[in-house]
Amino acid sequence: MKYLKALILVTFAVLLIYAAADLPFRGDPDNRMHDERSMTNTPVAGNYYIQEAYHDAHTPNIVTVVLGDYRSIDTFGEQVVIYTAGIITLLVLRRTRRRSS
Amino acid sequence: MRSQFDSPIIVLGARLLTPYIMVFGLYVIFHGHYSPGGGFQGGTLLAAAVLLIRVATGRRVSRLQIQEFATTPLAVIGVIIYFATGFAVMITGGYFLDYGQLPIPGMDPVWLRYTGILIIEVGIGLAVMAILVMIFDNMVKGEDYA
Repeated sequence: MKYLKALILVTFAVLLIYAAADLPFRGDPDNRMHDERSMTNTPVAGNYYIQEAYHDAHTPNIVTVVLGDYRSIDTFGEQVVIYTAGIITLLVLRRTRRRSS
Repeated sequence: MRSQFDSPIIVLGARLLTPYIMVFGLYVIFHGHYSPGGGFQGGTLLAAAVLLIRVATGRRVSRLQIQEFATTPLAVIGVIIYFATGFAVMITGGYFLDYGQLPIPGMDPVWLRYTGILIIEVGIGLAVMAILVMIFDNMVKGEDYA
C-alpha cells in the first residue's frame, strides 16, 4: 500500500512536470494572451491593460491599476470578506456572558 | 498587571523594531503606485507592528497604543472610506467606483483616478490592520498573554 501511494505521487509529479514543460515562455510578447485579438476575434483585456494603464491613471504599477480601478468592485468584495471574517471572530470567540449551570 | 515573564530584552527589542515596521507599512501603502505593494500588504505590516507590542509587553502597555474597543470602529471606517469613494462618484452622476468623476475640483480625470486609487488603498490598509488586531484580541480574550 505504501509503495502504491508513492507510485501514484511519482506518476502525478511526472505528469505535472510534463505538462509544465509545454507552458508558454514567461514574458514572451508572442504569447496567446498578449495578442490584441483572441482566437475568436474578440479584444483581449490584458492587452488593453498593458497598453492603456498608464494613460488612464498615471500609475506605473499595472497591478495597482487593475486592482484598484478596473477591478475595484472585486477588491471591495475582498475587503468585505475580510471584514466579515473579523466580525465572525468577534461573534464566535468573544463570550461576554458565560453560561453557568 | 505585571507578568512573571517580564523580560527587558524582549520589550526593548519590540520597542526598537516596531516604529520601523510601522514606517515600512506606511511606505508599502503609499508607494503602491510605483512599486509592489498596496493596501492589503501594508495593512498587514501595520498590524504586525501593533501585534508585536501586544505580544511583547502585555495588556498594560499595549492599552496605550490601540485600545481593544477601538478596533471594530476602525475596521468599519476603513470599509466606509472605500464605499464612500464609490458612492460619491455615483452622486455626481458616474458609475459606482468610476474615479474619473470624483467631486474634487481642479483636477484632470487622469489624476482623479490616481487619487481615487490612493484613497481606497488607505481604506483597505486601515480595515486590514484593524481586523487583524481584532482577531488577535478576540482570540486571547480573557487570558493574560505575555
